[in-house]
Amino acid sequence: MAQIVLNHIDKVYPGGRKALDDLNLEVKEGEFMVLVGPSGCGKSTALRSIAGLEEITGGSIMIGERVVNDLPPKDRDIAMVFQNYALYPHMTVGENLAFGLKLRNTPKAEVSKRVADAARLLGLDPYLKSKPAQLSGGQRQRVAMGRAIVREPQAFLMDEPLSNLDAKLRVSMRAALNQLHERLHTTTVYVTHDQVEAMTLGQRVCVLRDGQLQQVDTPQKLFEAPVNLFVAGFIGSPAMNFAIAELVRDDGPAVTFAGHRLPVPVSVFQARYGLDGYLGKKVILGIRVSDFEDGAVAEEAWPRIGVTVTVTEELGTEIHAIFPIDAPPVEHASITQATAGDDEEEAVPALAGGKSLWTARVSARSLVRPGQALELAIDNSRLHFFDPDSGLTIG
Amino acid sequence: MPVVRFVFSPPAEEAAGLLSLPWTEPLEDWQDERLVEIRQRGISRHVVRFVADNGTLYALKSISERLARREYRLLRALAELAIPAVEVVGIAVDLGAGADAILVTRYLTFATTYRAVFSSPRGSGPPADKLLDALVELLVRLHLSGFFWGDCSLSNTLFRYDAGTLEAYLVDTETSEKHPELTAGQRKFDVELAVERVFAELLDLEAGGLLPDDVDPLEVAGELQRRYDRLWDELTREEVFPVNEQRFRIAERLRRLNELGFAAAEVELVSTPGGNRLRVSTRVAEPGDHVRKLFLQTGIEAGENQARRLLNDIASFRAYLEQKEGRPVSEIVAASRWLTEVYDPVVAAIPASLQGRLAPAEVFHEVLEHRWYMSEQAGRDVGTTAAARSYFERVLPGAPEPLGTDAVH
Repeated sequence: MAQIVLNHIDKVYPGGRKALDDLNLEVKEGEFMVLVGPSGCGKSTALRSIAGLEEITGGSIMIGERVVNDLPPKDRDIAMVFQNYALYPHMTVGENLAFGLKLRNTPKAEVSKRVADAARLLGLDPYLKSKPAQLSGGQRQRVAMGRAIVREPQAFLMDEPLSNLDAKLRVSMRAALNQLHERLHTTTVYVTHDQVEAMTLGQRVCVLRDGQLQQVDTPQKLFEAPVNLFVAGFIGSPAMNFAIAELVRDDGPAVTFAGHRLPVPVSVFQARYGLDGYLGKKVILGIRVSDFEDGAVAEEAWPRIGVTVTVTEELGTEIHAIFPIDAPPVEHASITQATAGDDEEEAVPALAGGKSLWTARVSARSLVRPGQALELAIDNSRLHFFDPDSGLTIG
Repeated sequence: MPVVRFVFSPPAEEAAGLLSLPWTEPLEDWQDERLVEIRQRGISRHVVRFVADNGTLYALKSISERLARREYRLLRALAELAIPAVEVVGIAVDLGAGADAILVTRYLTFATTYRAVFSSPRGSGPPADKLLDALVELLVRLHLSGFFWGDCSLSNTLFRYDAGTLEAYLVDTETSEKHPELTAGQRKFDVELAVERVFAELLDLEAGGLLPDDVDPLEVAGELQRRYDRLWDELTREEVFPVNEQRFRIAERLRRLNELGFAAAEVELVSTPGGNRLRVSTRVAEPGDHVRKLFLQTGIEAGENQARRLLNDIASFRAYLEQKEGRPVSEIVAASRWLTEVYDPVVAAIPASLQGRLAPAEVFHEVLEHRWYMSEQAGRDVGTTAAARSYFERVLPGAPEPLGTDAVH
């Protein structure tokens, strides 16, 4: 396995469209890195550049110790996984795994060893002499993985490989990919537009927008400490709630928005360098869905706001309570692009009367029902603040 | 009951008969008297069923709506570029909660599959050779047009005989991409995928006891790469030659391109110390000068090679008429008389039990070949009528039966 380093990568198409803009990224040896972002963000272009399918206009790509800019795909020692595999019905599962190695004139003993190792890893060893017709859908997908594994490449590259699978198979394949990586530790670069998939699979996740790297970090850090509005709005489902707010100092520091007032602990100012410079000014406030709780069961110290819930989504383990606030949706390109989704749906329009809808996640024990008033507690130690012009996180 | 939506390419009249199929049921569960089986069909990742309706055979593939729409767009783009591919009819979407869409294409008439080419070879020359030439030409044509196939394989291709050679038609564009121009990396990767898949398909035939003994899968796979590289080089290489050879060498290069079925979109000469560097930007030639000419003269639809052969026969017949009648005969009159006195009688004489196996123009071409063979043996010209009679008795029965004639229900 090898590390992959993208150094000041530019990709400009004829016509001037810049698909990658000074992209710098290091994928560590053995790491599972996920590239995520909305359609057109450059994630597939980045992957295809690593594979050698796209020619970069500037910068360099290293796989291991080699600069691979001018190497054709087959000489880069990478394997594209799930590339539209077919299972050949007259050949056994073992032969289906082995043929790629035979094509490359791999010695027979080596072929047998690699096929056996891969089959054991994938739980296919009882089926090596079976024909593909006897396999389940999940087992067939694993044969596709097995073809890449037996090649023992320096890295696996996967471009939205699960997007055409039904939901159940997608979940089981995600788990299989996780297990596989834990055992093989092969450097992997994985592209997806689905941020839930990104957060589930990636050891680190690289968020891209308009060809530029926004943030690369562990899923947890991306969730807890997004560097800007775009990352904050893209990562997390349901999306973060946003409102134009003002930081005030009367009777202790607080943030006011949509007729509500939340005290801001001193610890938050201490943790967010520069936040005190925004006192008396407008900011964009962000509150994660998971940082709410029904006041009836929440921590005593958490401040409360009163809302009227219009819709509840009971998910079994939790309830999503949807409620209007007296403020229009925040109009910022970062938020629109982050929350638009891959089908380029329009952003949720403002409700009548300049209101917008927020979502809170509350305990399944909550007695909240649609149409009812609810006292919502908020973990104010986890508030997010963004500069309204630049969209950058304050602090 | 979900409200099914159909998106059909105009004109859509012939597809109207398909509307009564059980669209809201999973495709693999369909029961309908119009369903047929295709013999020796290739390997598919998806559920594919075949329907015969009103004399036309359709292929129906169950895939996600996103992919179905994409494939629909790409197949239409291929049609506009005149690159041989199956003809898309339309897609059916909104087939129910969680249900896939269904892509409908018109199955190629007189098409054959690679399995049938091996099991029932036609004409002279090894089948593997013909398959390779056809597939390589299709791949090169795609690449010249900026199309990345992404899954080039024998299973994703249908073949048609064209005067004894094969022409390849792309069947599945699920993985294809259209770019203004392909990078070298994309082309090489596409060929790498093709080599791997063709190798695996031949291994699979071998495992099933269906591959002729003299076909070595590894050798064929390697040859695919070599032929692609040769053809691509032939079409796109730059040459440097002295100024005094310029006219001749350019003409020769362009003639060679034409013979291969391509044309020069642009010719650029760049002067260098060693001579002029010739750069030729190659495009796929407009489909069939010969095809068009034959159609205009006779109304016969044929492949390019078939058309060339038939036009040659019309020219021969014209010479014969002029000699017989002692006066000039115009091309139009010769073509008209050839049609009524030579071609139509041969086609009409095809026994009912053998109809549909080969396109009429291909049958006529094979009759001409058979006539030549018989004449060589006899030491004299045996004539078309005798040749046709012998051909229908001895040769045409060996042609593969039409692919889609077994009803499922």
